[in-house]
Amino acid sequence: MTTEYSADEIMTISAARMLQNGAVCFVGIGLPSKAANLARLTHAPEIVLIYESGPIGAKPSILPLSIGDGELSVTADTTVSTGEIFTYWLQGGRIDLGFLGAAQIDRFANINTTVIGPYNRPSVRLPGAGGAPEIAGSAGKVLIILRQTIKTFVKQLDFMTSVGHGEGGDYRKRIGLTGEGPVAVISDLGILQPDHFCKELTLTSLHPGVTLDEVRTGTGWDLKVSPDLHTTPAPTADELLVLRELEQRTAQAHGLESR
Amino acid sequence: MARILPLWDAVAELIHDGDQVACEGFTHLIPFAAGHEIIRQGKKNLTLIRMTPDLIYDQMIGMGVAAKLVFSWGGNPGVGSLHRLRDAVERQWPSPLDIEELSHAGMVQAYSAGAAGLPFGILRGFTGTDLPKVNGKIKAIMCPFTGELLAAVPAVRPDVAVIHAQKADQKGNVLIWGIVGVQKEAVLAAKRSIVTVEEIVDRLDPPPNACILPGWLVSAICLCPGGAYPSYAQGYYDRDNKFYQSWDMISRSRDDFLAWMKKNLSNKPGISDFRDRFRKSIEEVA
Repeated sequence: MTTEYSADEIMTISAARMLQNGAVCFVGIGLPSKAANLARLTHAPEIVLIYESGPIGAKPSILPLSIGDGELSVTADTTVSTGEIFTYWLQGGRIDLGFLGAAQIDRFANINTTVIGPYNRPSVRLPGAGGAPEIAGSAGKVLIILRQTIKTFVKQLDFMTSVGHGEGGDYRKRIGLTGEGPVAVISDLGILQPDHFCKELTLTSLHPGVTLDEVRTGTGWDLKVSPDLHTTPAPTADELLVLRELEQRTAQAHGLESR
Repeated sequence: MARILPLWDAVAELIHDGDQVACEGFTHLIPFAAGHEIIRQGKKNLTLIRMTPDLIYDQMIGMGVAAKLVFSWGGNPGVGSLHRLRDAVERQWPSPLDIEELSHAGMVQAYSAGAAGLPFGILRGFTGTDLPKVNGKIKAIMCPFTGELLAAVPAVRPDVAVIHAQKADQKGNVLIWGIVGVQKEAVLAAKRSIVTVEEIVDRLDPPPNACILPGWLVSAICLCPGGAYPSYAQGYYDRDNKFYQSWDMISRSRDDFLAWMKKNLSNKPGISDFRDRFRKSIEEVA
C-alpha cells in the first residue's frame, strides 16, 4: 500500500481524529459518515453513532450510501422512529457532537444547503435543510467537513439553512441556541476554528504541502490566520489502511466504482 | 376495516385529483409501486408530502401529477440532485411546482401533531435560519411556563397516506420493522391510507411492542411484492444503490426521463415481477 495520500483522504482522516472515543455523535451522510466510521474503526471504538433515520449506536462494516441503509439498522443497538430521534435524542440534549457537511459556508461557519441564487428563482436548487438546522442548533458541539473552494467558502450565503455562529460573538446565546455551535471546519486544505471571542473562522492548521496562498484563493473572504499555525500531521499508514479497506468494502458491497 | 384490494383499485378509489398525499418511508420501504400506479392513473394537482422526496417524487413530479411539494430534504441520497424536482423548481417543467419546506425536525412535529389531533406541532427549531422567511407557516410561540420562544408548525393532515410494509395478515393488521421513519405518524395523521405489503400471511405473530398498524386503522392493503424497489424491504431485499446511481443519468434530460417512464410504466403492472422489471430497466441504460 502506498502512503501517498489524496486531499480527500487527509480531510477525512483529520476529521476522524477530532472525534473522541465514547462521544455520542449525530452523523450526516457522505463525508461526515465516512470520517465518523473511520474514527470508530481506529481510535474511537466506543463512539456512539446516531443517524437521523433512526439507528442509535450503528456499527456499519460498510459505509451507507444513504442515511437509512439497512446496514445501519441491523448493526445498531436500537432503531427508533425518526420522530423520536429528533425529539428525544437531539432536542432532548443527548448529542455531544453533530457532524455536518455543507454546500456553502461563511466566515462564522453558518451553512447553506438550500439554494444558490434567490430562493424564488434559484439558479441551483439544493436538497434543503434535512436534519441540519436542529443538529446545528441543539448538538453540544458541531464539526463541519467540506471541500474548500471559492464557491463553497463564500463571503455571503445565498440562504441561511443552519446557524453556526450567526453574526459572531455571543450571537448563539442571544438568540437562544442551546448548543455550543461549530468548533472546527475541516477541509481538504486545512482546519479552521472559530476565534475564542469573535467566533470568526481562523485557519489553525494547514495540511502538509498546502500553501497559505492556496487556502486564501479558496476562501471568499479575507481569511484570518492563527499566529500559531500548525501543519496537520500526515496520515499514518494505519489510518490510510483502515480508510482504504473501508472504501473498498463499501464499493464492493454496493457494486459501485470506488469513490 | 382494511380491505385487501388490488393496487390499481385502491389508488383509483382512495386517491383523488387535488388530494394531499403523503407517500412515506425513510430510505427504507419507499412505496414505489404505489407511486407508479398514481402516475399510471394520471392523477393531477396533488399536494405531495414527504420528508425526503427521493426518486419516487422525482418521477411523480416529472410526470406532472403534483401542484405542490411539502418536504424537508430533496436529493438523491449519496448521489446528488433530483433532476426532475430541480427542473420543476428552477424552470417550471413540466409545470410550476409550489414548494413548502421545513426541516426534518419540523416535519416530524407536523406529522405527530396530525396524528395526535392537535392543530400544530412544537419544537426548538429554525432559530436564526432563513426558513421562516420563505415558509410563512413556521411561527414563533412562547412557552407559557418558562417564556422560552419555540417554533410552531401546522399539523399535517394528508387526505391519504401511502406506505409500504413487510407484511399484513388477512384482517389487514400490518407489521413493519427496521427503519420505520414517520410511517406510523403519517397513517395516523391521514384521513385514508393505503399500505402495500411484501406478503399477506395467515398470522403475524408479532413480539410485544412491535410496530403494528391495526387493520381497523388502514383503508386498503395491497399485495405488492418488490413494491419498495429500488429502495429496500428489510428481511426481503436490499436497496439497489446501482439504480439510485443510474437514476442520475436517466433523469438528467427531459427526453431520456420521459422515454424511460413511458417504457417502464405504460402497461398495467404485473405485481409479481415489479422488482425484476425495474432492475432490468437500468441494465439497458448502464
